Amino acid sequence: MLFYSLIIFLPFVGCLCSFLGTKRIGIFWSELVTCTLMVFVALCSWIAFIHMAFSEVNLLHFPLLHWVSVKNLNFDWEFRIDTLTLVMLVVVNSVSALVHIYSVGYMHHDPDRPRFFSYLSLFTFMMQLLVTSDNCLQMFVGWEGVGLVSYLLIGFWYQRSSANIAAMKAFLVNRISDFCFLIGIFCIFSLFGTFSFDVIFARALSGEFIGNLYFLNQEVIPRDALTIVCLLLFIGAMGKSAQFLFHTWLPDAMEGPTPVSALIHAATMVTAGVFMVARMSPLFALSPTALRTITFIGAITAFFAASVGLVQNDIKRVIAYSTCSQLGYMFAALGVGAYSAAVFHLLTHAFFKALLFLSAGSVIHSVSGEQDIRKMGGLRKYIPTTYCMMLIGTCALTGVGFPETLFGTAGFFSKDFIIEVVFARTHSFAFWLLVISAFLTSFYSWRLIFMTFHGKPRATFHVRESPLVMLIPLGILACGALFSGRIFHSYFLGENYKQFWKGALYNSGENLLEHVPLWVTWVPFFVMIAGFVLAFLFYISFPAIPKFLTYFFPAVYRFLLNSWYFDKLYKLVFVQPTFVLSSFLWKICDVKIIDGFGPNALAGRVLDITKRMTRMQTGYLYHYAFTMLIGIVFFMSWMMIRSFT
Amino acid sequence: MIEQWPILSIIIFLPLFGAFLIFISEDDSYIARRKIRNVAFLTTLVVFILSLVLWVNFDNKDAGFQMQENMNWLAAGISYHIGVDGISLLFIVLSAFLIPFCILASWKSVTEQFKEYMIAFLILETMLIGVFCALNALLFYIFFEASLIPIFIIIGVWGGGNRVYASLKFFLYTLLGSLLMLIAIMAMYWEVGSLDIPTLLNYPFSCYMQNWLWLAFFASFSIKTPMWPLHTWLPDAHVEAPTTGSVVLAGILLKLGGYGFLRFSLPMFPIASANFAPLIFVLSAVAIVYTSLVAFCQKDMKRLVAYSSIAHMGYSTMGIFAENIQSIEGAIVQMLSHGIVSSALFLCIGVLYDRVHTREIIAFSGLAKNMPKYATVFFIFTMANIGFPGTSGFLGEFLTAIGVFQGNSFAAIVATSGIIFSAIYSLYLYRRVIFGTIDKENLQALTDLSFREKCILYPMILLTVVFGIYPAPVLNVLHSSVELLVNHCNNATRMVFLRW
Repeated sequence: MLFYSLIIFLPFVGCLCSFLGTKRIGIFWSELVTCTLMVFVALCSWIAFIHMAFSEVNLLHFPLLHWVSVKNLNFDWEFRIDTLTLVMLVVVNSVSALVHIYSVGYMHHDPDRPRFFSYLSLFTFMMQLLVTSDNCLQMFVGWEGVGLVSYLLIGFWYQRSSANIAAMKAFLVNRISDFCFLIGIFCIFSLFGTFSFDVIFARALSGEFIGNLYFLNQEVIPRDALTIVCLLLFIGAMGKSAQFLFHTWLPDAMEGPTPVSALIHAATMVTAGVFMVARMSPLFALSPTALRTITFIGAITAFFAASVGLVQNDIKRVIAYSTCSQLGYMFAALGVGAYSAAVFHLLTHAFFKALLFLSAGSVIHSVSGEQDIRKMGGLRKYIPTTYCMMLIGTCALTGVGFPETLFGTAGFFSKDFIIEVVFARTHSFAFWLLVISAFLTSFYSWRLIFMTFHGKPRATFHVRESPLVMLIPLGILACGALFSGRIFHSYFLGENYKQFWKGALYNSGENLLEHVPLWVTWVPFFVMIAGFVLAFLFYISFPAIPKFLTYFFPAVYRFLLNSWYFDKLYKLVFVQPTFVLSSFLWKICDVKIIDGFGPNALAGRVLDITKRMTRMQTGYLYHYAFTMLIGIVFFMSWMMIRSFT
Repeated sequence: MIEQWPILSIIIFLPLFGAFLIFISEDDSYIARRKIRNVAFLTTLVVFILSLVLWVNFDNKDAGFQMQENMNWLAAGISYHIGVDGISLLFIVLSAFLIPFCILASWKSVTEQFKEYMIAFLILETMLIGVFCALNALLFYIFFEASLIPIFIIIGVWGGGNRVYASLKFFLYTLLGSLLMLIAIMAMYWEVGSLDIPTLLNYPFSCYMQNWLWLAFFASFSIKTPMWPLHTWLPDAHVEAPTTGSVVLAGILLKLGGYGFLRFSLPMFPIASANFAPLIFVLSAVAIVYTSLVAFCQKDMKRLVAYSSIAHMGYSTMGIFAENIQSIEGAIVQMLSHGIVSSALFLCIGVLYDRVHTREIIAFSGLAKNMPKYATVFFIFTMANIGFPGTSGFLGEFLTAIGVFQGNSFAAIVATSGIIFSAIYSLYLYRRVIFGTIDKENLQALTDLSFREKCILYPMILLTVVFGIYPAPVLNVLHSSVELLVNHCNNATRMVFLRW
């Protein structure tokens, strides 16, 4: 217990040390403390992972603190350790530790870096809270927590207005999806009367509902209710994982420092949605509609993001869209029930995408902050190590490897498996979208490499290779990107599946490795090669072709460059009307109608009446006498009329 | 031992005694000023400690009224009867907690008529605690109305440029409501022959009478809360009030409405409450969305926080009338949390106002550079304001919404959408004020939080976070009283249905 508590809380200790103690211990020590703690935590989580993987224990619970109990509503701060948690812990802590170390080099000229390190550690803590939680509520704390730290880190350079706006956008888009997540949690409580995962899954599987779901006095039948719950949770996941329609924040989030992009917006936080669906897999498995939706959205995202990635010119944006696209693959796998494949891709993706981002950071660092790949070129001679790392990352991303053998990079094992399993489970539409995306992925990845490192230098930079403290983490990640697929695939997907997962993921009993036709296993390989060849033709052999295409298809080019015009659409449909409505409600409803007819009108009428009253007090005796006369006449006539009747 | 002491009366009237001491002291000299503030601060501190003693001695298991004191007063049924139960205890502690900070915060910012300011505050404290203790409807009414006078004076004398308009508007609104409440109290006296609250709680009013009485009380409490569309006095009052005036207004005064609903409307007129619950739901839901939207385009920081207060109180009213344990406890937690968080936000704004003497959002930018501690503190309260999980704000909104969800899922969904809107305006405010670059000369030399300001704000941070992570001490106080309340209401409404 203590061991796991250490893993979870040490990053928080690091965060506090760095945030509060920097004045006393100095910048150097605060960096040292956070990095050392993180490395220690990462090693501990590997130990825990290996221990769990080879032992009989399948699930550990340990309660920490009582949280809330109001009649039948009870939830605690409680941790849950199973294989899925440990996989996430390993991914999060390893990448986080490497990013910490890398940042020592990357951020060395920034005077605010203690704050940076404290945020990084805080992020790690929140992420651990998310993955180790035993109930939905604690998960939601971590869920919002990572969003919060993401906000802080995107806006880390707070003097930059664009960074602040991007940070706010990220937070708000996430908040909208979190709203759906929260409603989903409410529904779960109404249906199952608890927040605890084990109880929810047990009750869901046995069909034992504690209460019913009502909407506008209409009872929702349990099967639909489950679908609604799953869809709401999935919308939550869409926001965090930047899926289609909710993706707009991710490219903008690249305003943050590059190590942040590697840690949060590639390896860990954006995969929280995938983790959540995997964690809730027993619930999702009961709703075929929700699963179909997930596959559909996932495949659309994969294709959409890859298509936009084709034309981007900012080195980080290309990788960001690529992340978005790869997350689509994970969701497609989740949707067909191949939860382990999704988690496996999550793991390998964390390694190679963090590698790509950190390499991109190294490139940016070398060329003094330039991010536009049109201004780079020919860098391979100046920064050979970084080039090498980037090449490994690209190979892993595009899935270089030979089908039917076990030679291949990490992406080859995970991504190709997803494509096969999607085919096997009869989603032909999703299958073809994923194949096309694989082709696009290969194309834009190599385009990035060719434009950055090959050809002639297009601008003059003072280029220098990054320091060792940045290159060593790259090396470690490169090992992960090359070998993690080969090492782990038998555990995650293959023959050791059962012993490894021990029931942490829902398993319908069907074999994951269904028989697929030979051509399906070879298709990803061929499109990968095709993408490479095409990129080679476009950017090395005949550089005139891309210019030619942009010239003759300007509409398509602009459509892709503006990422299908989603930002403009949202601004037009959501942002501007909101502000118009807001100022209408204030200026018209509040000030004119409520105040105007309410207190101001009242005060005004009182004033009018008193003014008239004062006008009556003229001071002329004959006015008063005349009034009196009228009064007497009126009174007399009233008496007379009364006496008649 | 504590049972023999009239501890409630001591808590209520100790501030009044302090005010008297200050009243007879000399003024105008610097030393006298120090003496006055020390007396005021010490008095309120003692009251706070006593309120904690009260909390410690409170029996969580007992759902009824405790520490009761009953003395003959005007007539039969109109006695000086005070006591606390789980619902009122925490409001007393909240009031006693906030007032010392107000005294502390006005040490520097109030320059003129300091003595009178302190007297007004101490009298206000007596009145506020009195409202929460009163177990006689007339006594309640007197405290409820009398609390209006000090705050009216605080806004009208020490307020900003448009203070007369604001204080009159405030007075006009609240007076209208309280007159109706007085009529209702008189009607109850003629009907029951007693104004003792425990007696009234068990008196079965006829359905017809319940509806009218409920409406009369509703007029008063809904203005105080404030509920849409009777809310327009609040932004004006906040903008014109001095910082600490806003703190009391947002922190305690707004809670009188919610407390009144819990003490009078819900238990005494359960059938009317059930009848009018849809009305409350609609008004609350509109309040949450409408005022949040209005908050988007505010240019004055205080006005923005004031509108956000209205939205947050919308959760409370909705929770109270959803009439289940989670929602009512959520509503109380929401009120307590809002009492701390919005007070802290007003204090944060006051910190800037003391330095720059403006509250325009566009007058500030890039404060993070020179005021990192302030930026952190402000950020934490901003997060609590948007209901970030792990803070007290989340707990209130969550419990309320999940309680309401079980009865009326649509209302709960609309209410929950408030978490999106609150994020928009809060983060907008934070971004404009704290982030960016310093573009004005007068912002270059701003100093970070002083020791006194830290003393005020840090305990509030601690409270917000601890309350959010480990709310058991607070919730345990509430359970039995709220359960009694809910059962009482359910029984009453069930009786009616049986009779039909």
